[in-house]
Amino acid sequence: MAGTLQFDLVSPERRLASVAASEVQIPGADGDLTAMEGHAPTITTLRPGVLKVVSAEGAKSFVVTGGFAEISATGVSVLAERAVPVEELTPALMDQLIADASEATAVAVDKDAADKSMADLVAMRAAAGF
Amino acid sequence: MPSLKDLKNKIASVKNTRKITKAMQMVSAAKLRRAQDAAEAARPYAERMNAVMGGLAASVGSSASAPRLLAGTGSTQVQLLVVMTSERGLCGGFNSTIVRLARAKAHELIAAGKTVKILTVGKKGREQLRRDFAANMVGHVDMSEVKRLGYANAQAIARDVLARFEAGECDVVTIFYNRFQSVISQIPTAQQIIPAKFEAGAATALYDYEPSEEAILADLLPRGVATQIFTALLENGASEQGARMSAMDNATRNAGEMITKYTTIYNRSRQAAITKELIEIISGAEAL
Repeated sequence: MAGTLQFDLVSPERRLASVAASEVQIPGADGDLTAMEGHAPTITTLRPGVLKVVSAEGAKSFVVTGGFAEISATGVSVLAERAVPVEELTPALMDQLIADASEATAVAVDKDAADKSMADLVAMRAAAGF
Repeated sequence: MPSLKDLKNKIASVKNTRKITKAMQMVSAAKLRRAQDAAEAARPYAERMNAVMGGLAASVGSSASAPRLLAGTGSTQVQLLVVMTSERGLCGGFNSTIVRLARAKAHELIAAGKTVKILTVGKKGREQLRRDFAANMVGHVDMSEVKRLGYANAQAIARDVLARFEAGECDVVTIFYNRFQSVISQIPTAQQIIPAKFEAGAATALYDYEPSEEAILADLLPRGVATQIFTALLENGASEQGARMSAMDNATRNAGEMITKYTTIYNRSRQAAITKELIEIISGAEAL
């Protein structure tokens, strides 16, 4: 078993998690990636998706809608615009996220990127089985 | 000389006022704690955000392809001032200090031949600024319906500001708010958010960037604007409660002093009336 890295998940309003994790699966903008101890220092933006953290306490998943992750050899900090533990995800909340996203799409400068995150959200809803 | 009845009514009314100001002070104290907690909770995000953006800005900033949010439009002609004040009064000099700072800045800019546009957040600032700058007001954000300040509120303001910037309606955006120092001291602050300014961050470790540095920066800058606005709103919220708390503390103390003063006058004139009556009775009896 490899060593652990410090995982922090913060949203603008509060710190959601801070644990020593053995691996963190991140939905990066250019594809998913898994960070483990000794990962090359990387900064990546996030796409809407599921973030999974494996720690000694078990695996925890969060739904994130955007933001970025800063990965270093000893830690991962994820700054998510919105992050919700998967257990708290409800169809209503999902719909609200999609509604927010479509609002943002309407005024976005970069239509392609906005459409893409919209599609990601819809895919996520389908995957969640709502 | 007011009658005894008048004095009694006056004392009763000041006592009621004192009860109200005391209650408001206590409510503000509770709200202040909550506002401070919220500001505390938001700090890690803002700090990390600034650190990463500072690092990125340092490496990308000088290149010609730097995003406009960072490099600016190349002009400083049209200045947008975002003035954040409270929705309610009775908070001492809280609103006036922000407005005074914003007004000084606006006059300075106008004197320098710039175009000034003002966006107000919170009712009180709009009322005060409308007198001098009615023609410069471009918008108002109403926060009176907001019970609990959330990131979504900041995002809405940021979206508005960014839309104006993208549409070429402004070149420089500055926000005005009160930075919370302590309950008795709030510092009115002007902070330029577009073009973004960062404290020269130490050269960060060599990171791999995914997608590219430019793309990440372009993605982060609008978020950075929202984060800065959110931080300002939270600081402002804490400052407002702090200012109200000390204002109400003063009011309570003043009311207390007033009650003592009026009670003394009341007792004195009551005593005088009794003495007068006694003299009348005694001299009446002597005359018989």
